[in-house]
Amino acid sequence: MTRMSVNEAAKKAEYPLFIPFIMAGDPDPSTTIELVLRMEEAGAHIVELGIPYSDPLADGPVLQRSAKRALQQGMSLMRAMQLVPEMRKRGLTIPVIIFTYYNPVFQMGVKTFLDKVKENEADGVLIPDLPYEESQELTVTAKENGLANISLVAPTSSTRIEKIANKAEGFLYCVSSLGVTGTRESFSEEAYTFIKNVNLSSKVPVAVGFGISKPEHVENLQGVCNGVIVGSAIMKKVEERLSEFSQEEKMKQNALQEIKSFVSSLISS
Amino acid sequence: MSKVYPDNNGRFGSFGGKFVPETLMYALEELEKSLTEAWEDSTFVEEYKHTLAEYAGRPTPLTYAERLTQKLGGAKIYLKREDLLHTGAHKLNNAVGQALLAKRMGKSKIVAETGAGQHGVATATVCARLGLECKVFMGEEDMRRQELNVFRMELLGAEVVPAVSGSKTLKDATNEAIRYWVANVEDTFYLIGSVVGPHPYPKMVRDFQRIIGDETKEQLQDKEGTLPDAAAACVGGGSNAIGMFYPFLEDEVELFGAEAAGKGISTKKHAATITKGTKGVIHGSLTYLIQDENGQIIEPYSISAGLDYPGIGPEHAYLAESGRVAYEGVTDKEALEALSLLTRAEGILPAIESAHALHLAFKKAKEMKEGQTIVICLSGRGDKDVNSIKEAMEKESKS
Ligand SMILES: Cc1ncc(COP(=O)(O)O)c(C=O)c1O
Repeated sequence: MTRMSVNEAAKKAEYPLFIPFIMAGDPDPSTTIELVLRMEEAGAHIVELGIPYSDPLADGPVLQRSAKRALQQGMSLMRAMQLVPEMRKRGLTIPVIIFTYYNPVFQMGVKTFLDKVKENEADGVLIPDLPYEESQELTVTAKENGLANISLVAPTSSTRIEKIANKAEGFLYCVSSLGVTGTRESFSEEAYTFIKNVNLSSKVPVAVGFGISKPEHVENLQGVCNGVIVGSAIMKKVEERLSEFSQEEKMKQNALQEIKSFVSSLISS
Repeated sequence: MSKVYPDNNGRFGSFGGKFVPETLMYALEELEKSLTEAWEDSTFVEEYKHTLAEYAGRPTPLTYAERLTQKLGGAKIYLKREDLLHTGAHKLNNAVGQALLAKRMGKSKIVAETGAGQHGVATATVCARLGLECKVFMGEEDMRRQELNVFRMELLGAEVVPAVSGSKTLKDATNEAIRYWVANVEDTFYLIGSVVGPHPYPKMVRDFQRIIGDETKEQLQDKEGTLPDAAAACVGGGSNAIGMFYPFLEDEVELFGAEAAGKGISTKKHAATITKGTKGVIHGSLTYLIQDENGQIIEPYSISAGLDYPGIGPEHAYLAESGRVAYEGVTDKEALEALSLLTRAEGILPAIESAHALHLAFKKAKEMKEGQTIVICLSGRGDKDVNSIKEAMEKESKS
């Protein structure tokens, strides 16, 4: 199979457009590669590869802990991107989006960063602390390189939704509710209304993230948006199985299989 | 030097900006708008000034340190006595301003971060006075170092929430406060304690703190009939320093900022952001910060909880780059020596933070001519630090 751009993959997917988030380097780089491959097997259309960061302002406790473990493994933006060609060699065809906070990108330089993204066979970027107003340079350069810069809208975006939706590429990341990443029990009526409104404004598919952790969440969003982004719920499963990952190959494969089944059950309602 | 900074994008030269999750963007726009309206509303300005005068104790004195001046031989040393402000540090000027603004915006809940606890205490104090609910994030390590201030905040009715990630100091308390704000942005006002954070915080806090420099200018005019030749202040995030410096930016006054060099800038244990940092983004703002080559933020160190921060206000980054203000590192040891000197010579026990500025100013004063004047922002008093000072001095005498 040949690779698709983020745009194509997002457009082509039937509900739920499924976008898992995997933290690079948690529990270790080789497991990250395995996890991403399992996600594709489980039906992922696009994957977000998370770069661990020391001060992740948009993240809740699960991803914070995950990032901390990954940093202790010596993971960095450069090393994480270099995992992508290895995934490709092992057969990964879905688009990969590099999810990173802005400071590591700034240190590398925006242009170098985007060159490296492309060189390493990734397809897009998502920077949660680079809002519309600060992202012009990156958006333009990404476009020139055929990469998507994924935009986010939040329930507080109100008057900003339109301008953000207008420039959105690939898919529009809709933050389900106020707060940081993490699992939530349920979503409010207002959340659904908000997501519906975003869907109306958007020319690209809308994927909802922050808190998606149960099959009911995915079921209830059908007809409201195009897909879901799941991060904390997956990395929480990784955390629960840390001891298995450090054991012999059989245990590790077992753990991977269980995580894959969890993900499959989440999206196959 | 033009004073129109920051520009419309919140930039001081290339520094500043708004690097925050989308969830906070509307709140920042709303804050910017409310702030502009508030400054244009004379009842707000009056209330701010009235509260500072009747409640906080402004103007604070400008004390001539005669014995110290004689001892050092050189420039005349004046102390701007923010240590005599209610709650014991300059932080109250800003807390009063922001809390009044929060109330004006109809917010009933306040969240804040604190390092030394002085900003937390100031925030808890105004919240008590204005009837606002108050939650303060504080690093676990700082809670230990500043036990007394934790108790003070609780007495004032605030909830102190320990930040347990990272170095468990101010950086982590700030992360937690921002994360909390992201989740509660609809009814909560984030009351930042220094000239840091996304636009319009650095500008807002500066404008609430410039009262320090404005008063100094007037008071020295009365006493000496002239401007000072130099001014010095300590820089953590940089609020007391910008408060002192800002009114002098276009005058011929030499300005000196003292950063915490901890155990020495040649070691890894310091918080000397301008001296040793590089450009990057921290807590929503592009500035200098202490980080590794991959852009991961390095945990800073200083004996003083109030200076133990890896970033610095973007306006200071700009003033450093343009050369208008000279920033230098001062070690723990040098700060403690300056602290002893002032205490013995004048009967004033300064905060360890302020003692960093004292060391730098004393050094400059000695190089200056007799008849010249240097003013030092004495940002706070040392009562909160007696335990740390005792610990440090005991360690010193053993080694
Ligand atoms: C007495 C005192 N001085 C200085 C500072 C440093 O803050 P800033 O650099 O914002 O003035 C603090 C902070 O807690 C403080 O308590």
